[in-house]
This record gives sequence, C-alpha cells and structure tokens, in this order.
Amino acid sequence: MAAFDDVDVKEGVDQETVDAVQAMAGKYKYGWETEIEMEYAPKGVNPDIVRLISGKNDEPKWMTEWRLAAFERWTQIEEPTWAMVTYPKIDFQDIYYYARPKSMEEKPKSLDEVDPKLLATYEKLGIPLKEQLILAGVEGAEDVPAEGRKVAVDAVFDSVSVGTTFQEELKKAGVIFCSISEAIREYPDLVKKYLGTVVPVSDNYYATLNSAVFSDGSFVYVPPGVRCPMELSTYFRINAENTGQFERTLIIADKGSYVSYLEGCTAPQRDVAQLHAAVVEIIIEEDAEVKYSTVQNWYPGDENGVGGIYNFVTKRADCRGDRAKIMWTQVETGSAVTWKYPSCILRGDESQGEFYSIAIANNMQQADTGTKMVHLGKKTKSRIVSKGISAGKAQNTYRGLVSMHPKAKESRNYTQCDSLLIGDKCGAHTVPYIEVKNNSSRVEHEATTSKVDDEQLFYCRQRGMGEEEAVALVVNGFVKDVLQALPMEFALEAQALVAISLEGSVG
Amino acid sequence: MALSQAKMDATEARLSGLTLPEDGGWISASRADAQTRLRAMGMPGRRDEYWKFTRPDTLVQTDTPQAAVFDVTDEAPVFDAIDRLKIVFVDGVFDADASDDLTLAGVSIERLADAGQTDIHWAKDIYGVLETNGQVPVERPLAALNTAYAEDGIVIRATAKVEKPVSLIYLHKSTTSDATLHHVIKVESGAELTVLENGPAAARFNKVMEVEVADNASFHHIRAQGRDHERRAATHLFGRLGTESVFKSFTLTANGVLTRNEVVLELTGDDAQAHVAGAAMGDGDFHHDDTVFITHDAVNCESRQVFKKVLRNGATGVFQGKILVKPDAQKTDGYQISQALLLDDDSQFLAKPELEIYADDVACSHGSTTGAIDEESLFYLQSRGVPANEAQGLLVLAFLAEAIEEIDDSEIADDIRDRLEGWLKRHRD
Repeated sequence: MAAFDDVDVKEGVDQETVDAVQAMAGKYKYGWETEIEMEYAPKGVNPDIVRLISGKNDEPKWMTEWRLAAFERWTQIEEPTWAMVTYPKIDFQDIYYYARPKSMEEKPKSLDEVDPKLLATYEKLGIPLKEQLILAGVEGAEDVPAEGRKVAVDAVFDSVSVGTTFQEELKKAGVIFCSISEAIREYPDLVKKYLGTVVPVSDNYYATLNSAVFSDGSFVYVPPGVRCPMELSTYFRINAENTGQFERTLIIADKGSYVSYLEGCTAPQRDVAQLHAAVVEIIIEEDAEVKYSTVQNWYPGDENGVGGIYNFVTKRADCRGDRAKIMWTQVETGSAVTWKYPSCILRGDESQGEFYSIAIANNMQQADTGTKMVHLGKKTKSRIVSKGISAGKAQNTYRGLVSMHPKAKESRNYTQCDSLLIGDKCGAHTVPYIEVKNNSSRVEHEATTSKVDDEQLFYCRQRGMGEEEAVALVVNGFVKDVLQALPMEFALEAQALVAISLEGSVG
Repeated sequence: MALSQAKMDATEARLSGLTLPEDGGWISASRADAQTRLRAMGMPGRRDEYWKFTRPDTLVQTDTPQAAVFDVTDEAPVFDAIDRLKIVFVDGVFDADASDDLTLAGVSIERLADAGQTDIHWAKDIYGVLETNGQVPVERPLAALNTAYAEDGIVIRATAKVEKPVSLIYLHKSTTSDATLHHVIKVESGAELTVLENGPAAARFNKVMEVEVADNASFHHIRAQGRDHERRAATHLFGRLGTESVFKSFTLTANGVLTRNEVVLELTGDDAQAHVAGAAMGDGDFHHDDTVFITHDAVNCESRQVFKKVLRNGATGVFQGKILVKPDAQKTDGYQISQALLLDDDSQFLAKPELEIYADDVACSHGSTTGAIDEESLFYLQSRGVPANEAQGLLVLAFLAEAIEEIDDSEIADDIRDRLEGWLKRHRD
C-alpha cells in the first residue's frame, strides 16, 4: 500500500482502476506454506540429475535419451539478455530440480488415497480436488444451471502431479487428461509423436533446460470430432524452498475437436527468488479449436523486490490443420520477473490465432510479455489485444512479432496495445516487430486509446456521449470483455480486475 | 560486453585501410576519441539486433562496392527553381568552382577542414559530441567511423533568420567513390535556417550531420537522396533541441540499392517540437531503412514521426522508430506512424515501432500498417474512367501525401510532389 501513498495520479486515470491495482499490491493471498515432508534430488543439474528425474517417472529409454540430448545442448547455449528485465544472475547449480512430497512416493491409485495435507492445500487455494460440480467460493456459482458445470483438475505440487479429477468420465468421451509422466508411460506413441514438435529442444535457453529436467505437467488428447465435455484445468503450486518448477504441458486437439484449458499458479511468500521455467506445446489439427487461459499469480516478491518467482515460460500453439483455432487469454499479475510470449504458428490455411493479455506490474515487478503470430498459411487471421498497467516502480513491456510469410496470402492481423502508468516511477514499453512479406495481407498495429473501433465510437456518440466518455466506455468494456472470456474458475482472481480501466493510458 | 574476436577483426580490417586526417587543431582530439569509441563498439554486424532488418555488410566492407553513375535527363534537378545558396560536393569533395560564394546574411559557412584547424571554435562543442550522446542506449558505429575519418564537410552557424536555404548538392561521378562527409550546424537562439540536401553523393556514402537548435530557434531540413540505382548510403542526423525550438526534417528517397537513414534527436528544452518524416519509393533492387530514435528529456515537448513507403518488384522497406520518454518529460506528446504500400507480392516491409515510457502524464501513440492498394478505391476510380495504372498512381500519391504534408514550405513541398509524380509515371508498368 505504501507505494501509493505518495503517488500523484495523473488526471484522467480512473480512480477505480488505481484502487483496484492498489488493492492487489502488497497483500499476496497465497503466500502461506504447506508443512509437508519432502524428498529432494541433490541440488544442481547434471546428467545424473536428468537420469534421476527420468528414473523417478519410470520413463522409457528414448525419453531419458531425449532429455540427455537436451541437457547437452543446454550446456552449449547462453542465457538470453534481450528482454527488458534485470535480475541477479541465477545460479543454476544452487536449485533443487526435483522435490516431491514423501507421501507421493507410491503414486495414489485414486483421489481418496492422496495425502490429506495435499488435499487441504488445494482446498485452501480454492481448488478442491473433488469431483464436484463447481469450485467453492466462486462468485456467480449460484447462477450455474442445475445440471452443473464440471471442471477436471490436474494438480501439480512442486515436481509431481498429485492427482487428476474426472479422469474416468473424460475417458468415456475419449479424452485423455493426465499428468505428462503418466502419459509418457501409458501413451508413449502419442507423446513421442508430438513432444518437442512445437517447441523444439533447442528452441531457447529455458525451453532447453525444461526439456532436460521437466518433472511433470499435464497431458491432454482430444480425439477427432470430440468436444471436450468439461473444462480442463491444471493448478501449479510451488511449495518447497530453493526449488525450481519445470513443468511440461502437451495438448493435442485432433481434427474437429474442441477443448478449453485453464491454468493457475501460486507460490508461498519467501525472500529467495525461485525459478519457474515451463513449456507448453499445443497442437491443433484441422477444424479443431483450443482456448488456453491463464491467471498467473506467482508470488511477486515484496515491495522492495525481495523474493518472488522468475517466470521464464515458453508457450506455443501450432495450428497445423486448416481452419484450426487457438485463443490465448492471460491475466498476469504475479511473478517478480516475467518472460513469456505465448505464440501462434498459423500453418493451416484459414487458421486463426488470438491473444488477449492483461499484465499488471506493481512494486518492483518486471514483466516482459507479448506474443508471436507467425502467418504461414493462406487467409490466416490473428488478433492481439494487450493491456499493460504499471504501478510502483514496476516495468511492463509488450514485446511481440507479427510475421506474414510470402505464402500467407490474404492474411490479416490486427494489434492493439495500450499501456497505463500509475505514478511516475514506473515504466511502460512497447516493442513490436512487424514483418510483412506479401502484399495481399493486411497488418495493422495501433497503440492509442483514441484508436478504438470507429463504429463503436460512432454508436456511443450518436447516443449523446462525449468523445472521451465514449472512448473510455469502449476501452473499459474491452478489458471487461477479456476478463469475461476467462472461465469461471478464475473468476475469484479476475473479479478484482474488473474495475481496471485503461483510461488515461500513455500509448 | 567484450567484443567478439570476429567483430574486432572486422573493425580492424576496416580501419587498416584508413588514415586519420591530419588537420591539426581541436578536431584531431575529437577524431582520436571517435576512433577509440569505434574500437570499443566494433563495426555493425549481421547479428546485431539494431541491424536485424538491414545487412550492414556492404556498408562495412573495406572495398567500396561499385556503383554506376546515373545520368538524370528526364527531369530538372530537384530544388532547381528554389532560390538558394549552393554548396557542391563531387564524390564527397567540396567543389569551390561549382559552389556559390559562401557569404550570406545571418549565417557563417566554413569548410570543416578550415574550422578544425583553429585552436578554438564553437563547432568543437558539437562535432562528435551529439554523435557521442546518440551512442546510448544504442550504438551507431558508422557514425563514430564518420567522426573519426570524415575528410570534408560544412560548418554552418546561423545567428538570424537566414533569407534563403543553404543547399548541399552531392554529385556522383566516380563508380568507385567512397565519400565521408560530416556537417556541423548551429542555429543560435531566435535564428531560423533551412538546409536542403540532394544527390547520390558517391558509390558509397557515409554522412553525419550534427545540428544544435538553440532556444527559440528553428531548423528545417529537406533532403532528396538521388536516383542512382546502385549507390549505397548510411546517414546519421543528430539533433539537440533547446527550449521552444523547432526541428523539422523530411527525406525523399527514390531508388538506391541500400539506404540507412538514422535520425537521433534529443529534446532537452521544454516546449520543443520535432517532426521527422520520409517518403520512399523503391522498385526492384531497393532496400531502404529509416531508423529513428527520439528522446524526450524535457516537459511539454511534441514529436512526430511520419514515414511512408511504396514498394514494388522485390523492394524492401524498413522502419525502426523509437520514442523514449524520460521520467521527468511530463506532458510529452509523441506520435509515430509508419505505413507501407506493397504493390506486389515480392516486396516486403519490416517494422519495429517502439515506445519506452517512464513518465505517467504523457500521450504517445504509434501505428503501423502494411498492405496492398485498396481494391475498392481502385475499382471506384476505374469505374469512373481512370485507366488502371493511372488510378494506382493517384492512390499511391494520396498515400504518400501525408508525409509530404510535413514540409512547411509549399514551394519545396510542390517540388517534392513533382518528383513523386515523375517517379510514379516512370515506374507505372
């Protein structure tokens, strides 16, 4: 709160927004710790650790070798420095790469066998691991129709998946939803076919490290023509100290299928920074559609920048088939440092990519986030809407790429980035790369509040509103739209953001 | 960060063929400093982020790439009808016979070599100084190279409203010329100066212009870069703006196998105004890069960047524009637009329109669009009897008009518009 006491907020910035951002600062709700007996792999990373992790998961030989090759590659490349973030050099040998609750040594056969302490943890986070209709405490739950709304949850605690709900019911529909370690054992052909095909082992420093040491994560396969009967969700919890979380998510939407996937993450409040380096790969075949939503709420560190999560994440969706569709929605409020660019490879003709992002950086937080839209197929479409808010001494950067390849004829991109500064000690930056290599495509990048949709503006003005009022309404309406696009399970966290408006944004 | 061995080698290779001019006086120290700066940063390489869209190889290599001399016979030279004081350089060397007498009311004009030989000179506070300021946060090695090795250039100081433009004309006569020019301009408080530049200059041209615009002073710059197809140019325009000063620069580029125009401005006085604009037309083997960096370091300043490119037959257009607003530069009004019209499928536009903002009470916007000619507009014109190629010409002209409108002087703006129309007629089919 202190950060706001001496801040002169410039005229035109919505007071409700200031209050909402203020309310989020300085009181991290998920900073508590679960006391539970853990077993760790020795600190540091080397081929033996890689083998150990692979061994813990009972992986086949090809997987172990895949990891070792990734490790070998990792030792040859350097940490990237181009993002607009600064942090003390990470000592990669001073981190535990594997931490699992002792009670998880024998994999529980059903949710009933899971350690009550773990169940209590998720209960407290508002994500009870029960096959119930709707998560407790979510506002609006009372409006849910009588037949109910189901969400299957895979809960990842430090390095292992604790349990996955509704697996049987999903199986009846043909949908596979399990931890990636289970998938490597049970569905090796599927994993082998797709793993590393969207984010190659050598993609970037953190992705390469992840390929070597990922311990668990979620796996989803939706067969052709199946509309996944419920939303799928993974909840990531870092609990152990000095431990890095390296999870891997692989989602495959086969021809004509549909799935909505949600992801949430929290961590205890500690004064030593912790590393989270995840990789998410999504494959979308012909006519399939995937919605991927994230509320990223890792511990952001305190107001002096002590502690917090370094969130260095590689997320990418490959629209392989014609008319495939991906929609990324992200609400980024946590982490000390964020380095994250959920991207879309629009390979299939007429495939579509959408990216909606709200990034709020407070105190000493630094966020460098955005997206890449790589248009390869004909008549592909993409839309980027990014809203960045900086307060305190935070730095918030939108970094993105829109690339129209020569063969991506008649494609279309629209990008809109807005930034809002609360106080004069923070920064807001925009670094878009635009590469257009054919002339039948159209690319538009705009970054100003006055550039809202003319038709909407006209509509408002026609009804007697002043221009500014109309712009504010349209922009605010938009932020709310993004939030409303989020699945209900995130409502708890997202509701706090609804008051945010981009009125008074700087560009 | 320490330089890679490859970069060090490339830098030494480039320097080995050059000798620092021995002009004595204050300038020798400035040159030596620039050489040290250059060694520390190294010559630009293909993998440098700031050269992501433009390959610097031919600008850096020791042997000058050849460029045929292009004889313009189909139109009168640009600015021909404008009353101006002409200063002519042939392949980067001042030509006294072809130039006008350098006396003009309200302004003093000297050759760099003469100004550099004295012990004390006002230009000492600008030469290499604005360039040095412009090396942070992004390095511009070709500008440091220029400061160290420029053999010629003009030093201009305006003390009043100068009645006619000073016109720098760069003739290209040798197919192997490698010209390095460095101009220093100071517009004193309350003074007004217009500088025109035109011509291809050389087979390869490295030019730096450093401009100090004092409080309440005004500087206008209009440039047409010449139609030689094979020439290469790397230019830097550094400007420092005082309180309530005005700085306006417009560049027309038609043809040229490689052009990199960097504009680096610092707004250091309150209420200053900086406008930078450009129109570029390329057909075939054409690569044109506008790289602009505007730093707002004072209150209530305005900056505008307007860049338009028309590209066909495999031409490439690049725009890297940045507005940096420092923490105390409140009430900044920053605007940036970059647009490309791709007339066919082989051409490309690569852009990076950047904002970096540390002040909360500012308005900055940037837009960038790329696409083909609007089919509906084309159809509209054709349905009213305008032949297809003429209709396209009209639409292209309309597209480029926004950039030309940035030129205040209507006579000069008309002259530039004529060049555009001429180019469009010649490149219609």
